[in-house]
Amino acid sequence: MTHFIDTNVTLSRWPFRRLRGDDTVELVKILRHHGVTQAWAGTFDGVLHKDIASANERLVHECRQHGHGILLPFGTVNIMLPAWEEDVRRCVEEHKMRGLRVFPNYHGYKLDHPDFARLLAMCDEHRLILQLAVSIEDERTQHPLLQVTDVDAAPLAGLLKLHPRLRVVILNSLRGTGTRNLNHLSACKNVSFDIATREGVEGLKTLAEKISVDRVLFGSHAPFFYFESAVLKLRESGLGEEQLARIRTKNAEALLLG
Amino acid sequence: MIWDLHCHIATVPGRTPDERMYYLVQIADRMGIDRMCVYMGMKWSDDPTPADFRNQNDEVLQALSHWHHRAFGFAYINPKYVKESLDEIERCIRDGPMVGIKLWVAERCNSHDLDRIVERCAELKAVIFQHTWLVTSGNRAGSSTPQDMAELAGRYPNVPMILGHTGGDWELGICAIRASKNVSVDLAGFDPTSGVTEMAYRELGAERIIYGSDAGGRSFASQLAKVSGAEIPESAKKLILGPNLRRMMLPILHAKGMQA
Ligand SMILES: [Zn+2]
Repeated sequence: MTHFIDTNVTLSRWPFRRLRGDDTVELVKILRHHGVTQAWAGTFDGVLHKDIASANERLVHECRQHGHGILLPFGTVNIMLPAWEEDVRRCVEEHKMRGLRVFPNYHGYKLDHPDFARLLAMCDEHRLILQLAVSIEDERTQHPLLQVTDVDAAPLAGLLKLHPRLRVVILNSLRGTGTRNLNHLSACKNVSFDIATREGVEGLKTLAEKISVDRVLFGSHAPFFYFESAVLKLRESGLGEEQLARIRTKNAEALLLG
Repeated sequence: MIWDLHCHIATVPGRTPDERMYYLVQIADRMGIDRMCVYMGMKWSDDPTPADFRNQNDEVLQALSHWHHRAFGFAYINPKYVKESLDEIERCIRDGPMVGIKLWVAERCNSHDLDRIVERCAELKAVIFQHTWLVTSGNRAGSSTPQDMAELAGRYPNVPMILGHTGGDWELGICAIRASKNVSVDLAGFDPTSGVTEMAYRELGAERIIYGSDAGGRSFASQLAKVSGAEIPESAKKLILGPNLRRMMLPILHAKGMQA
């Protein structure tokens, strides 16, 4: 069976829809069925909840309790909340997390916010992977009372000059065949992209032509998206087995060791 | 059997319609897609003049010319120009190889400008495909909503038509046309959000759902996943991937003596 490391899954409930797999047991069943041997899991609770510490505690508990050893928790940090540094500390010291996930658009800040620079520094110091979700849902179908635009990740290029070793993963950024964030960040060697929202015929092949295939990570955005989408993209890409293996597992493994 | 309701040559690589069609067929082969419906020309144009849509249809006719066993063409028309659109239907469908029409965002589909177009398509048994998208922040003028489609479908309850993109905001789109039994939904061209196909299956039944991709703006992969990933019976998946579209097209294919 072909194996995958899925760098983009999310636990708990999406506020606007019940999803098949918004229960951890069910999600893990789907992931394992498809050969996922490790999944980097954020939590939907981190998007809107204000008590982030408990959201992260539940995330860790779910991963441990129902993860079958494949779920790796990526706690949320919201820099717009008071004393958010304590959440980083708990993720590192108490939960021993390997990385964090942020949702700047849902949390209401741009990447030139001074606290975001502080967060980058803390991630660098604690050797955490930072996952930045550029979007969760297509702007056009968002609930009328909660409209957020996709994150402009361009300022990262400047900020990361101070943190050349910090590992950053941009999630859900390649909506459509749009490449705005990609163009701005293509020179940042420490930034990787997941494939969940990459589109276009042979979308992964054209992506690998723009940035090195080493920086392309398998990510399904399950359970919000059908998991099968990411798998079928590999088939559609026409890439060779060696490159596919990097996208499926090797790049994520290397990033985790990094 | 997989038939793809929704493909374009505007968004794939290649210098000519022939090169682009060849490319599409290569990738379709890789994904197990047997037939594709192709519409609109080498360059997007959302409010085309008659000269423009004729030219776009010529490009599609050229693209199809070596691939009649793999691809079908829908004529792109603009209801703002009723007479010229009707003439184009005669040229491309009655006298040419095309089997349907594509309506995009030039004019909302509840307009009475569509009446004669729909009536002529019904006579020819041509497939009627209408792009729809319900944008939360508001639609652009000319862009149809699923509610507009329900209005049109209500005026012609015996004429089959297709709701493009399931209305985009699919939870609303499905409900808007639920009672319009002559309307099927196109699964193409929006994110592979989990649950869409299950809801369409629950509310509309398997027979009113049609797979399409919107390639090359979309991948075949993400759109096929809406069917393969859905928690619905295998028999329903089968219908959605091909037979539903084939059933809708058989009358015109037979009339034209086309094999399918
Ligand atoms: Zn389209």
